[in-house]
Amino acid sequence: MAQLTCENLTLGYEGKEIISGLSFSVDKGDYLCIVGENGSGKSTLMKTILGLHSPMKGKIITGDGLLQTEIGYLPQQTVVQKDFPASVREIVVSGFQGKCGIRPFYTKAEKRAALENMKRMSVDDLQKRCYRELSGGQQQRVLLARALCATRKMLLLDEPVAGLDPKVTSEMYSLISKLNKEGITIVMISHDIEAALRYSTHILHIGGDVFFGTKEEFKRGLFISDRSLFNGGEGNG
Amino acid sequence: MAEIFEKLVYYFQNVPTVRYAFIVGIFIALSASLLGVTLVLKRFSFIGDGLSHVAFGAMAVAAVVGVTDNMLIVMPVTVISAVLLLATGKNAKIRGDASVAMISVGALAIGYLLMNKFPTTNNVSGDVCSTLFGSTSILSLTPADVWLTVSISIAVVIAFILFYNKIFAVTFDENFARATGTKAGLYNLIVAVIIAVIIVLAMNVVGSLLISALIIFPALSAMRVFKSFKSVTICSACLSVFCASTGIIISIIDGTPVGSTIVAVDIAAFFVFWIIGMVKGGARK
Repeated sequence: MAQLTCENLTLGYEGKEIISGLSFSVDKGDYLCIVGENGSGKSTLMKTILGLHSPMKGKIITGDGLLQTEIGYLPQQTVVQKDFPASVREIVVSGFQGKCGIRPFYTKAEKRAALENMKRMSVDDLQKRCYRELSGGQQQRVLLARALCATRKMLLLDEPVAGLDPKVTSEMYSLISKLNKEGITIVMISHDIEAALRYSTHILHIGGDVFFGTKEEFKRGLFISDRSLFNGGEGNG
Repeated sequence: MAEIFEKLVYYFQNVPTVRYAFIVGIFIALSASLLGVTLVLKRFSFIGDGLSHVAFGAMAVAAVVGVTDNMLIVMPVTVISAVLLLATGKNAKIRGDASVAMISVGALAIGYLLMNKFPTTNNVSGDVCSTLFGSTSILSLTPADVWLTVSISIAVVIAFILFYNKIFAVTFDENFARATGTKAGLYNLIVAVIIAVIIVLAMNVVGSLLISALIIFPALSAMRVFKSFKSVTICSACLSVFCASTGIIISIIDGTPVGSTIVAVDIAAFFVFWIIGMVKGGARK
């Protein structure tokens, strides 16, 4: 069974539909890129998968041992975080909060695991530093370490390279690939189709033409639509 | 100098209400400072102000109705308003700042109207002034008031310590917390209730117009200098207690109104911390 299955989803705000009839599934170890123009509903889709929004129609099923709350999340930066006085360690360990339930404090094991995750993201030497003083790339790695505390199975990344310079961007992509090779399923929202084609195994394109399939199928599809464009642009709105 | 010291010792030894005021002031300052960081960071600074006006309105209603214990009306009304403002703030039709402004100004006006229409004493403007600026009420506390305030403050501190990690997670990144299974809505509700309780308590010390200062200033000062959530919280608690005790001592010596003196000391401390922050972080910006 797939880890994540979306069946016939209709998403939107206040009665206005953005996406309708969307179906796709993600298996363990997949690397899915969600691409599409601004306003095509990528972020809404992500929030729905995370359970922050409820879909207007259709349903989201998690399986293969994955619970809805076991999806790690790398959000886009919020305004609040820009002047938040918090050390790297405090932020990373807060990834365990969902597992705490009513327990008020983190256990020793959780603190150790947080340190492990900081090491994995090579931010362990920054653990006492203030988050708001770090560079964009460092901040993203801190948030990734936090997401790893919340999950060992699936990560949702919302534009993880937005605002990063090219060198840091490629470091970020290889870090994500490394996590994927270690067995973590990746679902990533991206603007960057080129990178999506380079790193991912599957592509979901929403807005206008809806496409879901493997990277190879997507490339073939691109080729066909390029050619049809070349022949007079038929069938493509 | 020795003279001033003698005067202080005299007051503390012989005037019980001064002792009460001191104890109550310190406990309230401590509990008020704790949630300041969260409110500032969530852009909720003004909610303290709005709620304190609600408490003022409720106080007026309580006086008119003639309840023996004002708390019975003021506390529930303020808690309910806090829950409405903070917990449903996100999706409400009238958003954040507008609804706070509406409720706070509305409550202020209705409160003043009621106090004038149904005066309970001959000195209406005196009553209004002391409710707004807390000028006298802190010096008219009874032992029962002291016990009530101290035990509620301790409850607030314990609740804060127990929910500390959850409040951090929800303040830093509510969506992440929610997505990974933290009951963010519940903790927002708890924050709202604690804030309301603190405001009702603090009304006795600084009056309803100046409560926000007690909540916001220590946190803002601490944020200038310290860099982790824990150090900011601890610093703002210590600073708040220090400013409150200094303020009360000054007001005893100099005969100034207690509430505004405490706030003035808080403001002075803010500038000191601001300068320290500038000197320390000069290279940063």
